[in-house]
This record gives sequence, structure tokens and C-alpha cells, in this order.
Amino acid sequence: MLRAEEISKDWREFHLRGITFEVESGEYFIILGPSGAGKTVLLEIIAGIIEPDGGRVYLNGRDVTDLPPEKRGLAYVPQNYALFPNMSVYDNIAFGLKVRGVPKGEVERKVKDISEVIGISHLLSRKPRTLSGGEQQRVALARALVVEPPLILLDEPFANLDVQTRSKLLSEMKLWREELGFTTLHVTHSFEEAVSLGDRVGVMLGGRLIQVGSVREVFSRPANEEVARFLGFENVIEGIAKGRKLQVNGIEIELPIEASGRVRVGIRPEDIILSTEEVRTSARNTFEATVEGIEELGPLVRVRLNASGTALSAFVTRSSMLEMNLTPGKRVWMNFKASALHVF
Amino acid sequence: MTLIEWGTMRRDYTLYFFAALGSFLIVYILLPLATIYARQAGDFDTFVKTLHDPIVISAVKRSLLTATATALIAITLGVPLGYILARKDFHGKSLVQAIIDVPIVIPHSVVGIMLLVTYSTYILDNYRGIIAAMLFVSASFTVNSARDGFLAVDEKLEAVARTLGASRLRAFFSISLPMAFPNIASGAIMTWARAISEVGSILIVAYYPMTAQVLILEYFNNYGLRASRPIAVLMVTISLGIFVVLRWLIGRSANAPR
Repeated sequence: MLRAEEISKDWREFHLRGITFEVESGEYFIILGPSGAGKTVLLEIIAGIIEPDGGRVYLNGRDVTDLPPEKRGLAYVPQNYALFPNMSVYDNIAFGLKVRGVPKGEVERKVKDISEVIGISHLLSRKPRTLSGGEQQRVALARALVVEPPLILLDEPFANLDVQTRSKLLSEMKLWREELGFTTLHVTHSFEEAVSLGDRVGVMLGGRLIQVGSVREVFSRPANEEVARFLGFENVIEGIAKGRKLQVNGIEIELPIEASGRVRVGIRPEDIILSTEEVRTSARNTFEATVEGIEELGPLVRVRLNASGTALSAFVTRSSMLEMNLTPGKRVWMNFKASALHVF
Repeated sequence: MTLIEWGTMRRDYTLYFFAALGSFLIVYILLPLATIYARQAGDFDTFVKTLHDPIVISAVKRSLLTATATALIAITLGVPLGYILARKDFHGKSLVQAIIDVPIVIPHSVVGIMLLVTYSTYILDNYRGIIAAMLFVSASFTVNSARDGFLAVDEKLEAVARTLGASRLRAFFSISLPMAFPNIASGAIMTWARAISEVGSILIVAYYPMTAQVLILEYFNNYGLRASRPIAVLMVTISLGIFVVLRWLIGRSANAPR
């Protein structure tokens, strides 16, 4: 679908170096990185707004590196949404269709349809500056989706929203994606967005794409210390939820809230407690695991565990490591409170 | 006065002092305007007679026509230039910017002489000459305010329009131009105002066909202050009237709920 090959660019304080990745058709690809990593520059290079110094961009096998944005047809939603202030919401959404010379009746129908899906039918006659942040984001998304682009580019789509609007839009985004089936390249600094929306994640640090892989893979096996530090050693567990239980490879985890279907949960390594004997407490999730590796990190020790095929990391202090005599291959009991789990 | 409530600054003597100093300037500008109207009011018959003088009427028409033509040319050539200056960085950009502002520092008699030396009989004593002189001294207002207008339009808007399939030209006409319109319009009005108030270079380049500005000077030289005053009053009334009305319209469209 989209292939970026060895993209490099020096632009203001950003220095992109050798960025290579691929987005499959129908996929939700997240580029995760701290601010200042050059994510926006990369997105604008792909959209055709900025020319790269080196490297190529391929769209469905075709080299589009030298094409202007209007010839690429990738819909771009910048962080500030960039709604056209001189047009009504309707005209904003209809813009791309009108430019394409779509007949008026069809424009009306398509704008109406997408507005219903995105939930902005009641806003069509308003001017953008009268809308709230969440409403603006919806309009920007509708404007991008209505032209049925092969790929939509989202730049920090939820960063400027308050927490409630953000989590609402996040969960709706999943539904829209199911309904409309678009392919997305989404850049963000938020783990939550990456874990809850992403099929695959690319971690971008200092102008380089350090690691690309499935969400679980990247979070459970950071490619290097830099990535690990950035991700905060987050454990991500994926399974099938039913009520307050999550089934993962034959073990059953108690969830803090009800959920259903394929769900990812996260737990911080410092919230996992290790012991050499089974602790019987009803409030805890308790599992047997094998120690796979040990890394010393100054006062703390990172213990890599394998619980029936699920890879997790936990922190223990140096003294408790010595006390428990933790060595690779040793069987231990790990437990954590359901409330320490974050359901994405 | 809307930003700082006068009532809340009871002890702020600095602002009182500044306001007092500033009001001298306001009075200085308003006093001659008021005086000329007051004097003419005492001699209303001459004013009415002037209104019926065909020489005066055609001269005023000529001034309005040439100033309007100047403003239209300034828009046609100046808006694209303003867009380039707002969007592109290139070698010699500051030089181009300086050239735009050059006419402001050249005495207008010198402007007339330069134009005449360069274009000689092509602009001597004809409409081309009047407009050439006007355009030279007034175009910078349109260029500069168009540039400022385009600078205020977020480049991302154009970028998004283009990703949605619009060409650069289409993005310009559907996004940037409408958004920069209030700026461009007020620049064009300034150009128009500057053009209709130009006299120095027109005297040298195109004394004829006679514009109202030149006519006022001629009546003053030949018949004295009393003869030129009614035309002056007429000219001030028309120019100020049009200026104020256009500014008001622009202000209204700029503040209209979007």
C-alpha cells in the first residue's frame, strides 16, 4: 500500500534519517514517538507537502516522491485540524468532492452519509470556529474520509482534546474503522492511542524509526534500551475478554472493568509482585511463571518472565532478587491487583 | 477605550498624560479640515457655482477614474507579488521587499522626473501618465497588505486543500484569497486614497488631461485661495466619503460571523 524507503530530511531542528516502513492495505499503523522526533515532518513528506532530501515514497507500487500532494490523493488531517474558516462545515466536507468534479447530488448524498457515521449531521451549517475541539476533529476526519482516500494521515488527532472527549473519540474511531474500513497512518506520542488503535507500531526517536512491529511485540520486546525507556517498560497483554475475565493462552486474568472481544491490557512492571511461594488472596491475579532473564538497572532489577507463553517484565529491588535467589529458569509466583491493569 | 476602561484607571496619570499629548495630533489634523468647511459654509454660493463648473466636474471624474484604475492595476499585479512574498523564501527577497518600499522615500517631484526621463512621450500629458505616476507612489500599500494578509493564512490550510485534490491555484482562490480579502481590500483602498491624493509627480508627467488635484493648484496659482477652496472642499468631501464608506464595508465584512 504505502512504502517509505530510506527517507531523510533536514528541516528546521528535525533530522530524519533513513526511515523505511510499510503500511499494509486496511491496516492501522501508528508511529509513536516523543514530540520533536520529526513525526509531523515525516507525515508531510508522505503527503507531498515537504520534499525529502533523500529516499522514495511508493503508493501501491508507484513512485510518488516527485508528485505534488493533489496528485497523491492521501487525505491529511493536521494537528490543528486546519478546517477552512471561510466555509461552513458542509462546504468543508464537500471540498474534496467538489474539486474532483463529483455531481452535486452525489456530493450531497456522500456528505450526508459520512456526517451521519461520524455524528456531525447537526453541525453542517455551522462555521468551524463555532465548534468545540472534539467537533472540529470530527469534521476534519469526515472531510478526509469522504473522498475515500487510499490512506489517511493523522497527526496527533487526539492531542488537543480534553480527556473525556479523547477517550470517546478513541473508542468511536474503532467503530468507524470497522464501518468504513480505511487505511490509516497515525502519528502520536500517546501509548494509549498506540495500544488501543494500532495494528502495528513504529517507534520513532530522534528522527529515526527504531523499531517496527505489532503492538504486543514492540511493547513486550523493545529493540533496545532507548525504546524500552521511552515506552516505560509497559507490559501489554492481549486476549479475549468476557465479562470481567480475560483469557490469555489458557490463563485467566481478572479485569477491573467489564469488557468483551479482543482486548489489550497493560500493566506497569513495578505493579507486578514476585514471590517464591503462592500467595492466596482473592483480590489478586496470581500466576506461576518462569524467569527468562535478569537485567540489572542500578537499584532495580528487571526480571523477564514467561507465564504460559505470555512475556512480561517485573521490577524487583536488588535485595529481593538476592533473597529470592532469582536465576533464569527458576519458577516463581507473580501477582498483581486487577486495579493495576489498564484496559485499552 | 474598550480595552482599558477609563473608569478603572483613576490614578493612572501616565495614560492621561499620553492621551493629552496624542490629542494634540488629532486636533492638528482635524482643525484645517473643520476650518475649510467652516469658511466655505460662509461662501456657499461659490461652492454651488463650482459644482456646476464643467471643468471642475470633468477634472473630478478624471481623478476618480484614474485612482480607481490605479487601484485595480495594483491589485492585479500586487496581490500575486504579495502571495509570493508571504509564501516563498528566495535569494534577494529582502531586496524585492525594499524595492516595493522605495517609492515612499523618493520625493514625488523626483518620481515625476524619473518617469518622464524613462518613458518620455509615451506617458507625457495623457491618462497613461496620470496612472503611471499614481501607481508608482501607491502600489506598495496593496503589495504589503496583501502579503500580511496571506501571512496570516495558515499554510496548513492550503496543504490540506491540496491533499484533498485542489491544485495550488484552486487552493489559492478558494482558501487563501477569500481569507486574505479584508487585508487586500484595505490595502487597495489605501492605494486608491494615496493615488487620488497624489499631485507632485502628476504635475510633471501629466499636467493635462487635468485632474482635480492639478486643477486646484492651477486655480490657486491663477486666481488665489478663494477660487481654489471650493474645489478643495469638493475633493475632500468625495475622497473622504468614499474612503470612510469603503473602510466601513471592509470592517463589517471582516468582523462578520464566519
